[in-house]
This record gives sequence, C-alpha cells and structure tokens, in this order.
Amino acid sequence: MIQWFTTVQVVVAVAAGVLCLVLGLAGKSPNDLTMGATALIEVLLITQLVVAIVAPAVGNQPTGSILEFYIYQISVVLLPIAGGFWALIERTKWSTVILGVVCLSVAVMVYRMNVIWFAQGA
Amino acid sequence: MPPSRKPRISGIGRVLIFVYGVLALAAVGRSVFQIIDRFAEAPVAFSLSALAAAVYIVATIALSARGSAWYRVAWLTIGFELCGVLVVGTLSVFAPALLGLSSVDPFGRQATVWSVYGMGYLFIPLALPILGLLWLRRNPPGGAEAS
Repeated sequence: MIQWFTTVQVVVAVAAGVLCLVLGLAGKSPNDLTMGATALIEVLLITQLVVAIVAPAVGNQPTGSILEFYIYQISVVLLPIAGGFWALIERTKWSTVILGVVCLSVAVMVYRMNVIWFAQGA
Repeated sequence: MPPSRKPRISGIGRVLIFVYGVLALAAVGRSVFQIIDRFAEAPVAFSLSALAAAVYIVATIALSARGSAWYRVAWLTIGFELCGVLVVGTLSVFAPALLGLSSVDPFGRQATVWSVYGMGYLFIPLALPILGLLWLRRNPPGGAEAS
C-alpha cells in the first residue's frame, strides 16, 4: 500500500459517508451526487487493489498477513457495488443512508488494511 | 402494489438488514482468517467466532424473509447474538482464560467479534441485536409495515 493514497481514500470515504448519511436522513433518494461519490470510492478501491498487486514486486512488502489483507481488500471492493445496486433497485432515502453506511465501512476497512500492511508484526 | 407483493421489510428496516449483512461479512472474514492462520492459539474463542458469524448470516436472511417461521428464526438468532455478546463479552473481560485467550486487546490478533462487547467493531455487535429485537417487536409478521 501507499501511505498517502490510503489517507486520500480514508478522507474521501469519510466525507462521502457523512454526505450520504446527511442527505439520506434529509429525505433525498440516491442521486448523481451520492451515487457519484460512491462510484468515486469504488474507483479508488480498484486502484488500491492494483497497487496491492503490484507493490510487492517493486519492494513494498506487507508487514502483516497477506491473507488477512486480501480478505479485507476483496470485501471492500465488493461493498460499494452491493450498496450501489441496492440504491439502483430501491430508490428511497434509506438507500442513500445505506450508501453512507457503505462509505464509512470502507473508511474503517481501508484503515485496517493500512495497519495490516505497515504496522503489524507477522 | 398489492400488500402480498411487498417485501417483508421496508424503510429503515432495510438499513438494519444491510448493516447485519456487513457485520456478517466482517465476522466471516475475520473468523475464517483466524481459523486458517492460528486456530491452535485460541480454539474455543475462534470456534465461537465462527458460530457467531454463521448466526449473523442466518439472522440477515431471517430478517429479510417473510412468514412467521422466519420471524421466529429472527427472534432466536438475534436473541442468541445478544446473549452471545453479553456472555462472551463479559468472559473476555473478566475470565479470558476460559475462552483460551491470552490477550483481550479488542483490536489484537486474538480479537473476535464479541470480545469486550464488540469493542473492536465499534460496539455495533452490542447495539445491533437490541435494535433488531426492538424492530422485530414493532413489526410482527403480517402487521403494519415500518415506514
């Protein structure tokens, strides 16, 4: 993983999560803004997956378990897709709240992945 | 849409199901990894963790399915979770050795979904069954839908 890129992902995910929660509780059904924010996070996560695959080949090795890391990495890529499809099928304000839950979960999971990669003894 | 075609759960209940699904995913991922990587370290705790993960999956399905049978399954599984998080949470704080745990760090390598009342999961494992049971009580099968 790349430290600054992790920071970017966590900051964007928290911001998008708060945005979706606020707009959802305010009664907005999923719109271009909230769906776009979720899509942006998905793009960042797929980039992150590529980084994780390439990094060990260029000398950036994880300090923790690679298996544990990939359980998080695969799950986190699937989350916005699940929430996004849900939001496309059910167009109510609660789907926007769910997008918010997805984004905040992504933030927590990327943080955990960062800990596994950089700060965990095997 | 006629009422019979309506899904069992609507509105805020959907959020509840989704959060249950995410927690099930988190618990399954964590316990599968711990069992593959270090089962011998704390077999009792990791087995309970896997059981908890399985029950979360059943609860997620039971919440979203219709019919009084699934309603009872939802009560049972969510009630089981509440007991689990209280009993295992208490044991993990006061008698970790009973669970075979040498460390009670809720973020550590032996952390499970129920350790220290789910602290490693922001206490969501403690809050969710309570919300789930309240939701079930307000939404009996065939009753009025939540909005």
